[in-house]
Amino acid sequence: MKMPTPDATIIARRVDIIARLQAIVPGDGVIVDDNELRTFECDGLMAYKQLPMVVVLPSTTEQVSQILKACHDMGVKIVPRGAGTGLSGGALPLADAVTVGLGKFNKILDIDLDNRCVVAQPGVTNRAITDAVEDQGFYYAPDPSSKIACTIGGNIAENAGGMHCLKYGLTTNNVLGVEMVLMDGEIIRLGGKHMDAGGLDMLGAVTGSEGLLGIITEVTVRVLKQPDTAKALLVGFDDVEAGGACVARIIAAGIIPAAMEMMDKMAIGAMQKFVDSGYPLDVEALLVVELDGSAAEVDDLTARVQAIAEAVGSTFIRVSENETERSQFWKGRMSAFPSVGRISPDYLTMDGTIPRHRLPDVLTRMAELSQRYGLRVANVFHAGDGNLHPLILFDANEAGELDQAEAFGHDILRLCVEVGGVLSGEHGIGVEKRDLMGEMFTEEDLNQQLRLKCAFDPDGLLNPGKVYPTLHRCAELGRMRVTDGKLPFPDIPRF
Amino acid sequence: MSDIFKPENDAHVVDAVRWAASGNGKVLDVVGHASKRGLGRLSRAENVLDMSALSGITLYEPEELVMRARAGTALLEVQAALDDAHQMLAFEPWLPGALYGTESGTLGGMFACAQAGPRRPLVGSVRDHLLGFEAVSGRGERFKSGGRVVKNVSGFDLCKLMVGSMGTLGVMTEVTFKVLPRAEKSRTVLLMGAKDPGAAMRKVQNSAYEVSGVAHLPATIAARSGVSDVRENAAQGVTLVRVEGPASSVQVRCEALRALWAELGRVEDLHTANTAQLWAEIRDAAFFTPDHQVWRLSVSPSDGPALAAMLAGSEYYLDWAGGLVWLAVPATDGASAERVRGALNDCATSGHATLMRAAPEVRARVAVFQPQPTGLERLMKRVQDGFDPHRVLNPGRLVLDRE
Repeated sequence: MKMPTPDATIIARRVDIIARLQAIVPGDGVIVDDNELRTFECDGLMAYKQLPMVVVLPSTTEQVSQILKACHDMGVKIVPRGAGTGLSGGALPLADAVTVGLGKFNKILDIDLDNRCVVAQPGVTNRAITDAVEDQGFYYAPDPSSKIACTIGGNIAENAGGMHCLKYGLTTNNVLGVEMVLMDGEIIRLGGKHMDAGGLDMLGAVTGSEGLLGIITEVTVRVLKQPDTAKALLVGFDDVEAGGACVARIIAAGIIPAAMEMMDKMAIGAMQKFVDSGYPLDVEALLVVELDGSAAEVDDLTARVQAIAEAVGSTFIRVSENETERSQFWKGRMSAFPSVGRISPDYLTMDGTIPRHRLPDVLTRMAELSQRYGLRVANVFHAGDGNLHPLILFDANEAGELDQAEAFGHDILRLCVEVGGVLSGEHGIGVEKRDLMGEMFTEEDLNQQLRLKCAFDPDGLLNPGKVYPTLHRCAELGRMRVTDGKLPFPDIPRF
Repeated sequence: MSDIFKPENDAHVVDAVRWAASGNGKVLDVVGHASKRGLGRLSRAENVLDMSALSGITLYEPEELVMRARAGTALLEVQAALDDAHQMLAFEPWLPGALYGTESGTLGGMFACAQAGPRRPLVGSVRDHLLGFEAVSGRGERFKSGGRVVKNVSGFDLCKLMVGSMGTLGVMTEVTFKVLPRAEKSRTVLLMGAKDPGAAMRKVQNSAYEVSGVAHLPATIAARSGVSDVRENAAQGVTLVRVEGPASSVQVRCEALRALWAELGRVEDLHTANTAQLWAEIRDAAFFTPDHQVWRLSVSPSDGPALAAMLAGSEYYLDWAGGLVWLAVPATDGASAERVRGALNDCATSGHATLMRAAPEVRARVAVFQPQPTGLERLMKRVQDGFDPHRVLNPGRLVLDRE
C-alpha cells in the first residue's frame, strides 16, 4: 500500500501554512511540535503511521470554513479526523497535509424529543447521544463497538453500523441532517429535523464518504424510544452450518431480531476467557439473538426462535432471565476485540459483507486460507445482515507476518466479493482496502464515483490517497468520450 | 421529428443515450409506464426512451430479504411475488392512481420518484431500501453502485443520489432492493375529536409501542374516507395510529395505545381489512377532489399541524405524526407556490414542499420541488454535470435548467 508522494514544495512552506492557521485558530489550537503530533500519527488501523505536517483543532464552523478556504487557496491537502478510532485508516495523516481534528466540537446543541431528534456537534461521542436522552427513555440506535470513544461525525463519515442495525439501520438510516463545509470554505446544510431532504439526496451521498467530500460541523440524528422489554438468547451448535441455517430460518419465519450475532469456536474461547459471559466452550458456533418489543411480543418471539433453534439441531440454549443476564450475554461479544488482543500479540480486523447463505462456504474457504497462510483467524459475524469480521491473528515482531496477514485479509475480501458481497460493511475502505476497489468495481464504475468527488472537491485536496486507488484529474473525467458523427446509429427498436 | 426507443437490453440503452449525447440538442424523456408524469415538471424532451421492455424479476431470495429486478418491471408484478412469500416493500410506496388516475408504474419510476408512505418514520424511506443498481449515465456509460447486501460502505453511496433524482442522473436498468416480512396482524386505533391532534400524534409516535403509522384526518377529510368507521366518526376529526406485528403483540400494544389516548377523547379499534384500506387512502392522498392542486410538505412533526391549518383551512391531513402535510388548494390558485413556501420559511424550522399535482402549465412555471439555497443548488448542478453533462436525460424534470 503506497500513499501519494508528499509534495516537497508544500512541506517547504510549512512555516507559512502554520502562520495562516494560527491566524485563524488562536491559542493552543494549532499543533506543530513533533511529540504532540505523534498523538495523531495513526487511527485505529495502527499498522500505518505518519506524522501530520500540522494539526489544527478548530472550535467553530466559521474557523473550519476559513481553514479550508485558506488551504484551498494555498493548494494544501486536508485530512479530517474525529476520535481516530476508525479501522480502515481513513484518518491516516499525510506528510504534506493539515489534519483537521474535530475534538473541540463536543457539545450537544439541542435535544428535541418532541421531534425525536438530537442536534450535536460532530465531536460528540456516539454513546454521549444516548446518554443525553436515556433518562427520558430514548436512545440512538447505531452502536459500533467503539461507541464510547468514536464520534458522531466519524460515524457519518464511515456510515458506522453495530450490533443493532439489523432492525434499526445503519448511520445513514438514522441521520436527518448535517451542516458541512466544502473544500472551498462554503458552508452548506443538508436536511434538518424533517425527513427526506429535498432535491438530490446529497445527505445520503455524504454519509459514508470517508472524509472525501467535506467536513461535517453539525449533525441532526434521530433517536428512538427504548423498547419495553428485551431478551437475549444464547444458542450453540455443533457445526457452523447449523448456525447459519438457524439464522436463515429465523428470518424466513418473518422475525427480524434486534440483533443476531454469531461467533466461531476460537472467538468464543477468547471472549469467555476475557469475561465470563455464560458462553459454552464445547460448541463450534454460538448465536446471540436479541428480541425486543412489548413483553408479550418478546415472549412469543423467544418461543418461536427457540423452536427454530431446536429444529435445526442446537446443542445449547439459554434465554436471559433478567436485564443483568441479558447484558452478561452481550459482554463477551462487545469485547470481541480486546478478547482477541489477549490471545495474540497483534490482529487485523477485517470487515466484509456476504449474502448470508454463503456463510458456511466462506468459512470453509477461510479455514483453507488460514492453513495456507499459517495464521489463525477468529470469526465474529453480524449474522443477521451478513457482515463478517474475521480477526486475523499475527505477530508483528515476526518478520513478514504483517505482510502475510494483510495478504490473507485481502484474499478474504476478494472471497466476499466473489460470492456476491462487498469489501466493507461498516468500517469503510480507507487506505486498508483502497487497492481492492478494482475487485468490486469496473473503471467506469469508479470514474462515475470520482465525478461525484469532482463536484465537491475538484482539486482533490480532501483526504487524498483514501478510498480510491487513483485520482484522475477532474478535467479528464469530465470529458465526454463520444463525439458527434462517430456513433453507430443505434440498433434498437424504434416506433 | 421525435423518436421512441424501446430498448430490449442494456446495450440498447447505451446506444440510445449515446445517440442523444452526441449533440444537436437531442434529449430523452425516460419513461417506464408513464404513470407518474403528473409529478415534476414535464420534460422538454421530444424523444422517448421507453424502459418497459426491460422487465422481470431476476433474483428473489425471501430468506435473504433481497430482490433484484429489471428497472421496467411492473410494481404490481413485484408486489404479487412479495405477497406469495408474505413479504413487502416496507416503505409503502405511494401509488399515483388517486392523484393522476394512472396504474402503479414500474420499479425504476418508483425509485426515481422516491415517495414513501405512512410507514416511513418506522422503517425508512425509499432511499433506505435500494441496495444496488446498474445504470447508464447521461454520458452513455454503464456503471453500477452498491450491491445486494444491506451493510455496505464501499465507495460513495450513489444509490442515495439515484433515488429521487427523477431520472436526471442516469437511466437505471436494474435495481436490487431490500424487502421485509409482512406483519401477521395490522390494527388501527382511532381517536375522535382530539383538541390538540399534533400532541396526540406525538404522544403515540414517541411511545415504546413501535407504531407503524400515525395520522390525523380533519373532519372534512375523514368524511371522505371509504372506511365507514372513519366516515361515521368524522364530525370532530379522527386521529389514527397503526400497530403491526404478531397477533398477541398487536393486541397488547393496541390496549396500551388506547390507554394513552383515553383522556383525550373517544377511542375505537379498526381491524385488519379496514386498516389496509384506510392507510392506502392516506398513503396515496385519496381524499382530495380532482379540481385541486395538491402539495406535500415534509417538516418536523411539531411544525406540521399549525402550518397545515394556516395554509389550507380544512383541505389537509397529516401523516408521519405531523411531519408530513398533504394539502389541497383550488386549481385556480396561481400564487400557491409563493404562499406555501413562504409559510414554510416563516413557520417551520426546516422542511421542503413538493407540488404533487397541478396542471402542466402551472408546473412549467413554478418550482415543483423545493428550490435549494444558492450554494447547494450550485453543488447539485455540479453533481449533475458529472452524470449527465449535456442534460440529455429528462431535462428540466427535477429543476428548471437555465437554458
